[in-house]
Amino acid sequence: MIRSLLIALSVTTAVPAFAQDAPAPAPQQQQATPAGQEAAPLEVSVTGGVSAPMPIAIPAMPTAQVVSTPAGSTDVLGRQMAEIIANDLKNSGLFTPLGAGQLRAVGFQEVNAPAFDYWGGTGAQALVQGFVRATGDGNLTIGCYLYDVFSKVELTRSGFVVSPSDWRRAGHKCADMVYARLTGEGPYFDSRVVYVSETGPKGKRVKRLAIMDQDGANHRFLTNGQSIVLTPRFAPNQQSIVYMSYENDKPSIYVYDLGSGRPRRVVQNAALTFAPRFSPDGRWILFSMAQGGNTDIYRVSAQGGTPQRLTSSPGIDTGGSYSPDGSRIVFESDRSGGQQIYVMNADGSGQQRISFGGGRYATPVWSPRGDLIAFTKLGGAFRIGTMSPSGSGEKILTGGQDEGPSWSPNGRVITFYRSGQGSGGKADLWMVDLTGQVERKIPTPLDGSDPAWGPLRP
Amino acid sequence: MARLTTTLLTAAALASLGACAHKPKQLPPPPVDNSAGLNTPPPATAGNGDGAITPGSDADFRRSVSSNTVLFGLDQSDIDSEARAILDSQATWLQRYPQVRATIEGHADERGTREYNLALGDRRANAAKNYLVARGIDPSRLTTISYGKERPVALGSDEASWAQNRRSVTVVLN
Repeated sequence: MIRSLLIALSVTTAVPAFAQDAPAPAPQQQQATPAGQEAAPLEVSVTGGVSAPMPIAIPAMPTAQVVSTPAGSTDVLGRQMAEIIANDLKNSGLFTPLGAGQLRAVGFQEVNAPAFDYWGGTGAQALVQGFVRATGDGNLTIGCYLYDVFSKVELTRSGFVVSPSDWRRAGHKCADMVYARLTGEGPYFDSRVVYVSETGPKGKRVKRLAIMDQDGANHRFLTNGQSIVLTPRFAPNQQSIVYMSYENDKPSIYVYDLGSGRPRRVVQNAALTFAPRFSPDGRWILFSMAQGGNTDIYRVSAQGGTPQRLTSSPGIDTGGSYSPDGSRIVFESDRSGGQQIYVMNADGSGQQRISFGGGRYATPVWSPRGDLIAFTKLGGAFRIGTMSPSGSGEKILTGGQDEGPSWSPNGRVITFYRSGQGSGGKADLWMVDLTGQVERKIPTPLDGSDPAWGPLRP
Repeated sequence: MARLTTTLLTAAALASLGACAHKPKQLPPPPVDNSAGLNTPPPATAGNGDGAITPGSDADFRRSVSSNTVLFGLDQSDIDSEARAILDSQATWLQRYPQVRATIEGHADERGTREYNLALGDRRANAAKNYLVARGIDPSRLTTISYGKERPVALGSDEASWAQNRRSVTVVLN
C-alpha cells in the first residue's frame, strides 16, 4: 500500500506542514509591481506556433541529510528528481532544460533563496529548485519551487509526500506544477499510458496489454499474450481498463481490474463486441457490436447487463467516443460510402456528419477539454489530425502510417501509434503536440500499438 | 492548499498476470487415416496416425474444395463470380458431411484502421456465411470470427499482399 500526499499549491502562503520541511520558512511575499513598470509575464504558449523553447535551469535537488531509502539514497534521488523534471519539460517541446551537469550544485539553504545573479548568467529564464528529505515515517518529502530568474521572484511552490516506491511521481508532479504555471495549461506529466505491447512475426503478432508511466518508466505487462488483445482504455477512476480480447476465440469486450488482475467479460452473448470506451462518469461503456455483418454502436452499464442500441444504420458504425460532459458522442460510420466522422447525442438522436474533407476519417476521439476531436485521416498515408466538434478547422499533425489517437489529460498532446511498412511491420508509440511540430517516440520494451492516455493521477 | 490521499496499487497485487487466461485454442493438426474416401462419413475420432487424411476433416475439406479462401476487393464484401465458384465447392463438401461444423474467418488488409477492419472482417465472414446458407447449409453449423487486420497471410505492404489479405477463410472444426 502506498500513500501519496500532495501539499500546497498556493503561491505565497507557506503551508504549515510544508514550512517545517523547507530549509527556512519562506517569508517573502511577491512584491506588488508599480503600475507602468510591469515586466512581461514569464509564460510559454502551447499553441502559439513557432517559438523558441524557454531555457529553464533545473539543478539537482539537495538533501539536508543523506538517508538511505528503499528508492535509493536521498542525494541520488535529488539528482534523479531533477532529471525527471527536465525530461518531462523537454519532452513537451516548450522548454530547453539546463540540466544538473551544466549547473553548479545548489546548497540546501539556497533552495528557497536562489542566487539569482548566478542563474541570470546561465541564460535560464526560469529556475526550478527543490529538496529531497526522508521523513521519519519512511516516506519522502520533495519540495518544488519555481522562480522567475529575471524578475527574481518565486512564482509557485509545492511539496509532495510520497512513499519510496512512488518517488518518480513526485518529479512528475513538480514538472506539472512548472508546466501549468508557465503555460496556463493543465498538467499532464503525472499520468499513465496503457497500450498493446506487440512482438513476433507480422502474421502472428503476440499482443499483450501493458501499462507504464507517460515517460515510459514503471512498465508492466498485464496479460500474457495467449489471446489477442486490442484497444485498451482507462476507466475514469483508473482502477480498471476496458479492452477487447480474443479469449476463448470469442472476441469481445472485457474490463480488467487493476487491483485484482482479473478480466471480466462485459456483454454475455455470442456477437463480436469491440471498440469499448468508458463514459466520463465511468457508469457506461460505449462499444460496437457486429451482428450478421452489420456493426452498430451500443452502450451498456459498466457492471454489465442488457446493451442499449444507439445507432441503426446499415453501415459500419464504430469508434464511439464521449464528449467530456457525457452529453454527446463522436463516432465513425461508412453509411455514406467511406468512413466519415459523425456526432450524435448520448441517446443516439441527432446524428450529424461533421467531416467533409477529401479522404476517409476514422477513430475520432473527443478531447478532455471538449474543444477538439482527434482523428485518423486515411488516403494513402494514415495521418493524425484535429478538428472542432462542428468539423471546422481541420489540421493535420502527422504524416506516416499513424493511427489511433488518444489525448493527454490536459488535451494538449496526442499519443498514437505508427506502423512500419512491409514484412517487419513493427509499430511504435508516439506523441505529438497540437502544433504538430513536437513529435516524439515513446520508448517501450517491445513494439507497441493502441496507446491510451489515462487521466491525471490524483 | 490541496491535500489528497491516494491509494495506489502494489506490484504484488498486480502480479497475477494472466492467471485467468486460457490457452489459445488451436485447431488440431490434420488428422491422419489411410482409409480416406470422399464418400465415407467422417469417423468420430481422428485417424490412426499413419499419414492419411480423415474424411470430413479440415485437411479433407482443403483438399476437396477449390479453395478454403475467398478474396474481396478493397473495402468490399461482395461475393463475385470467382468467390461464388469457391463457395459452391465448399457448400458441396459441407452437404456431404452434414454433421461437420465450420467457422468462417473474416480478414482485412492493413489499409484500414484497426476497429473498422474488425467490422469489415465480420462483414466479409458473414457475406461468405450467407452465401453458404443460401446454398442450403444449416446456419447453425457455421460460426464467424473477424480478425480484422491482425492476422495477415501475406506480409508485404503492396497491392499483391493486400489482395491476399482481404479474405474469408472457411475452417472445418473437428
